[in-house]
Amino acid sequence: MTGQASLSSRPLARLWPRRRPSVLPGFGLTLGFAVFYLGLLVLLPLAAVFLRAAGLTPEAFWALVTHPRTIAALRVSFGASLVAAFINVGFGALTAWVLVRYRFPGRRLLDAVVDLPFALPTAVAGIALSSLYAVNGPLGGLLAPLGIKVAYTWLGVVVALTFIGLPFVVRTVQPVLEDLDKGQEEAAATLGASRWQTLRRVVLPALAPALLTGFTLAFARAVGEYGSVIFIAGNLPYRTEIAPLLIVIQLGEYNYAGATALAVVMLVIAFVLLLAINLLQAWSRRRLGGV
Amino acid sequence: MRVFRTLTPLALVRAALVGGAVLAATPVLAQAPLLNVSYDPTRELYRDYNLAFAAHWKEKTGQDIEIRQSHGGSGAQARAVIDGLEADVVTLALASDIDAIAKRTDKVPADWQARLPDHSAPYTSTIVFLVRAGNPKAIKDWDDLIRPGVEVITPNPKTSGGARWNHLAAWAWAAQTFGGDEDKIRAYIAELYRHVPVLDTGARGATTTFTKRGLGDVLLAWENEAFLALNELGPDQYEIVVPSISILAEPTVAVVEGNTEKHGTTEVATEYLTYLYSPVGQALAARHYYRPRHPDFAAPQDIARFPATTLITIDDPLFGGWPEAQARHFGDGGLFDQITAPPGQ
Amino acid sequence: MDHPMPPAPASPTPGPSAARAFPSRRRGRWHPPTTETAPTRAVLIAGAVLFLLLVLLAPLISVFAEALADGLPGYVAALTDPEALSAIRLTLLVAVLSVPLNALFGLAAAWAIAKFEFPGKSLFITVIDLPFSISPVIAGLVYVLVYGAHGVLGPFLQAHDLQVVFALPGIVLATMFVTVPFVARELIPLMQEQGTGDEEAALSLGASGWQTFWRVTLPNVKWALLYGVLLCNARAMGEFGAVAVVSGRIRGFTNTMPLQVEILYNEYNTVAAFAVASLLAVLALATLVLKTLLEWRYGDALMARRGH
Repeated sequence: MTGQASLSSRPLARLWPRRRPSVLPGFGLTLGFAVFYLGLLVLLPLAAVFLRAAGLTPEAFWALVTHPRTIAALRVSFGASLVAAFINVGFGALTAWVLVRYRFPGRRLLDAVVDLPFALPTAVAGIALSSLYAVNGPLGGLLAPLGIKVAYTWLGVVVALTFIGLPFVVRTVQPVLEDLDKGQEEAAATLGASRWQTLRRVVLPALAPALLTGFTLAFARAVGEYGSVIFIAGNLPYRTEIAPLLIVIQLGEYNYAGATALAVVMLVIAFVLLLAINLLQAWSRRRLGGV
Repeated sequence: MRVFRTLTPLALVRAALVGGAVLAATPVLAQAPLLNVSYDPTRELYRDYNLAFAAHWKEKTGQDIEIRQSHGGSGAQARAVIDGLEADVVTLALASDIDAIAKRTDKVPADWQARLPDHSAPYTSTIVFLVRAGNPKAIKDWDDLIRPGVEVITPNPKTSGGARWNHLAAWAWAAQTFGGDEDKIRAYIAELYRHVPVLDTGARGATTTFTKRGLGDVLLAWENEAFLALNELGPDQYEIVVPSISILAEPTVAVVEGNTEKHGTTEVATEYLTYLYSPVGQALAARHYYRPRHPDFAAPQDIARFPATTLITIDDPLFGGWPEAQARHFGDGGLFDQITAPPGQ
Repeated sequence: MDHPMPPAPASPTPGPSAARAFPSRRRGRWHPPTTETAPTRAVLIAGAVLFLLLVLLAPLISVFAEALADGLPGYVAALTDPEALSAIRLTLLVAVLSVPLNALFGLAAAWAIAKFEFPGKSLFITVIDLPFSISPVIAGLVYVLVYGAHGVLGPFLQAHDLQVVFALPGIVLATMFVTVPFVARELIPLMQEQGTGDEEAALSLGASGWQTFWRVTLPNVKWALLYGVLLCNARAMGEFGAVAVVSGRIRGFTNTMPLQVEILYNEYNTVAAFAVASLLAVLALATLVLKTLLEWRYGDALMARRGH
């Protein structure tokens, strides 16, 4: 097995490792197919977007991107997505843990419900959430006396994004947790570790990559979300207007160049953030050993 | 895991192969005999009208005709036609949306509005107020909307055609009231939008926010939408208030000749739109709360529902027609953008 | 490291020093050391249930409540409407076409990423994640820009009278785009966690590459693969934004179930809208029932493997 000893200590080599020899077959076939598939389905069409955005002069592009309204919308989209992703990591990990480790009535139902945000069309989710959290709704009515307004505020955006992102965290943590060797926890306990110490030093490190993946996916998904958010956000410019809505507005004026320019900006920001998280993950994986 | 090994990979491969074959074998799914691409609030109207027209066509030619419908936001629908949706006729909310098709494709002639009577608008509508039962905030006219404590629901004019009519109707009233003093008109419109807590992306979304979510004191809506909401959601819960001045909204229709020539449907498509001006078409429009061009064709009780009020048209010098109004009010950096920008920007 | 169990690579190896690292602090009643005390468990379960109740179950309940507002006959009538049936057929067809292809891609990508080190791996993973972060509106627009009348391939397609957008191929492509990362993303963390030890052992015992894949790797990842396929399927059926852009919304022909829901809702036909929506939820739940059944039926094999 490839050992840590072969790792170069030069930082660049860590970020950009050379392909190391392996006895396993199929590298060329699988990578080739995956790259081909991704290229055809994702990269080539995206290239068309970049091509369209290039129809804008640099000045027009810059003016559009740095417009206060654009910046405000990007802040709403990325800010609310971050908050929602953090909520999802916390409660998603808890949910996965409870579902895998404990037996209680209704567990299977809960397990099944986790996938709901994928199956429910986003518009339905938005309608259902806004009817629940509106001031005259059953949940919004409970919060209103406390002075908390959810629907048609920034908080509403967070609720919608939490809803659509939750399965990502639960479903990435769950298989890893199911596969986790209980022997290690037993060993730690035998050696006198408290349960909390075992969780923190044995279980959590093993779950960390999956948690980070779940965070990444929930965040990525939330940034682009449109259908559910527009029903609960209020869509007021500068306050609760999300970036994808600005794209739709540009399209409404037949301004494909403007729409694609905004798409490119969102794409680049999301790409940089995702790449940073994935590099962090690769780095921690190598630092901690393993593949 | 035994079952997994035998089942899944094989099934996956097989399904993928079958999938590929089907994908390759179905280049065309939609080849509508007659495809009417329309906007959202006309669903009920065209559901009835299509039946009436099919009967008329059968009687006239002996042929059965199948009519397919597509509904969505007016602008999005126009964009789909531009990008290749094979509409035979378009029946959209704004002339500017059909103008966009004429400008960006060669499928609709530039003078399309002259091809049918009444600038190709077989029925009209206007903008009214929907208020809660008993009109608790005593809203009578446009100036009541900016009283302290009044919340107004209107969709976003950048995404909704209906909201553009709302905006222009308010502008028309303000222009009349302030004698064309541009600063005062702007101040009024700006104050109006400060009373809007939610900007939905479409007209029906705004109706839902007002009715189901209980938000706002008054909804600015198409007259036909307001009537429909009244009927569908409870006449005892809402009232319609007609302001002293409003706008004449003219939803327009056109044959997409580039597509009909390819489909061989030019004749039936033309007849489809012409029949909208017939007694049957006009009566149906009135029944579905659109103001008919020929009120004498419609049932008197339907006509009685439309109160008389001063209606300004889009071609009034105040607006100068759609292309100008669109650019001035709703274009990038236009009046709406300026008005909704926070102070100092 | 020819451990038969996938090692948990990140955990510290328990050794002589571990006893010092974990000072013994036992008090109160004894409970099994590898689980939590009953009160802790109760609190954790309550926390998870409450969260799911607020965020997931409440919307689900409201969907079903609205769908059944007119009783069962109204519900059935809404689902057997010809337009609803055509939407259901189209949605299932789209899922059948797009999910297996994405599963195949996921397996290939996960194998390359988890079992090998190569330059640009993080970049590759990021590109796989990308469709998640792309707004569905843009996902649809992307295909209009390529295959639409004014798109890159538009003139070619028109010359050959092929229709991609506003027809089935466009709907399938947009759905595939939106769901492409699911299976790969589900498999990658698990396969990385499992390492290459099992496969290397199989190969050293004389198995061929394919044998190793079918008999060692696939059984090791089958639950993650199943999760991935289920999620991919659920999302493929529920996708709204991207499909709305490329479908053309022709009633009874290119409307998928999510689009049909929107149409019905906009017609003030709340019961029918939520009935179709609830059917989507039921379809997603049904796939999970299937998974549960498989777990029960083949639970022995699973336990045997886990019992190491």
